[in-house]
Amino acid sequence: MSAVYVLWLRELRRYVRSRAQIAASLGQPLLYLVALGFGLGPVFQKAGQGSYVQFIAPGIIAMSILFSSIFSGMGLLWDRQFGFLKETLVAPVPRFQIMLGKTLGAATVAVIQGLLVAAVCVIAGFRAADARAIPIALLFMILIGCLFSALGTAIGSVLQNIQGFQLVMNFLVMPIFFLSGALYPLSNLPPALSVVTRLDPLTYGVDGLRAALIGISHFGFAADLAVLVTVTVALLFLSSYLFSKIQV
Amino acid sequence: MIRVENLAKKYGDFTAVDAISFEVAPGEIFAFLGPNGAGKTTTIKMLTTLLRPTTGTLQIDGLDPIRHSNEVRKRFGIVFQDPSLDGDMTAAENMEIHGIFYHVPRKLRLERTEVLLRLFELWERRNEQVKLFSGGMKRRLEIARGLLHTPKILFLDEPTLGLDPQTRNQLWGHVKHLNQTEGVTVFLTTHYMDEADRVAQRIAIIDHGKIVAQGTPAELKQQTGKESLEDAFLSLTGSSIRDEAANSADQMRQMAKMWGNRR
Repeated sequence: MSAVYVLWLRELRRYVRSRAQIAASLGQPLLYLVALGFGLGPVFQKAGQGSYVQFIAPGIIAMSILFSSIFSGMGLLWDRQFGFLKETLVAPVPRFQIMLGKTLGAATVAVIQGLLVAAVCVIAGFRAADARAIPIALLFMILIGCLFSALGTAIGSVLQNIQGFQLVMNFLVMPIFFLSGALYPLSNLPPALSVVTRLDPLTYGVDGLRAALIGISHFGFAADLAVLVTVTVALLFLSSYLFSKIQV
Repeated sequence: MIRVENLAKKYGDFTAVDAISFEVAPGEIFAFLGPNGAGKTTTIKMLTTLLRPTTGTLQIDGLDPIRHSNEVRKRFGIVFQDPSLDGDMTAAENMEIHGIFYHVPRKLRLERTEVLLRLFELWERRNEQVKLFSGGMKRRLEIARGLLHTPKILFLDEPTLGLDPQTRNQLWGHVKHLNQTEGVTVFLTTHYMDEADRVAQRIAIIDHGKIVAQGTPAELKQQTGKESLEDAFLSLTGSSIRDEAANSADQMRQMAKMWGNRR
């Protein structure tokens, strides 16, 4: 299991060494929070839904974890490009352990990133409804991180080069974000959109996070938890399978 | 130790390796020579679980690399022809990751890391990120890392490319030492015929995916009636120059360079 640890540690070292990247990746969530949170705030308030900043802050935290974990997971692409991938491919380590180490590392990085964004939200005026629920919020942050890191490593195993990166961004990551209910309530949606949001795993992450932080939940805590854990485990097995099929 | 029968690898219409057969005995130093694009690296990739053969069988220490990939991986070490270091990590961290992958006990790992990094004159720079290293330093680190654990079989794919004579000497000295004291089987490729002549006990020459000659250096010279291995090699493979197609990894590396320059 020490291989899992050293691969986890590697992701963390990489993160700490890229300070510019840390700062840059705070920009986008901040923009969403300020532009949408304060821009759409009055409309939201008039519709009788309360404070929009309160509402989207969990969604923005989830977004930053989504982006960070998918991109760290797809770090496999850079390993492929710079050759380190070969070193892991010939290593006498079960493929599941390699994927687990990478996934946990990417998830840890994403959760740290999520906590930074949470701090920014607090500065912008966000307040959790009940401080005792913060450990539960952390649990959901970790689950979101693990799920999308596993998805990122699965994608990274399949893509041959960075040209595919834009494709993944536009046709997977952005839809996952916009169709998750991070920006709008899930009640009273048009039927088609309602179905799509239910197929999006991030929906359950945002919902769980919202349940913990502001006490509003659409599916209920247990359902959110069950969906996230199941999908994460399935993706971990999928990514180890795809990784074992890599040929260079 | 290595047994290959009718091994072939096809990419669409192109046959990279065409039904080759050879054997490497335990404790032997075996050189696999050929012009660029002859199929050397493709063969090594198939032997080291990186690539699935199209047809044919191969065995490493009696095991099939496809069915028992993890067992096979425990038995060999490899120095790749192209870079395989993690540039964001330091030299010491690259050694650490490798040592843990290969289950080298911590104490032994630290001892050998120091010995090898000193041998290849990287010890003073061990805590610097590898991406700051020069080409030669990276190459030396690749080799030091490949020697960190003692495998049953050591694959060296053009290990001396771009190295100065001092480092080459160190490398071959160390490889011969490993071979004699630990009985490590060595499978190497190189473009330097004098190295192959000095180091290898047996040689196979591959061209256009086919093995054109096999034997001891002396036998090959005798067979072709030439004085040096280089002349023997040229008379077996002709003197036209070959070129390899760039693979997607090369193309990506080129692109990264472009992006890097823009900054």
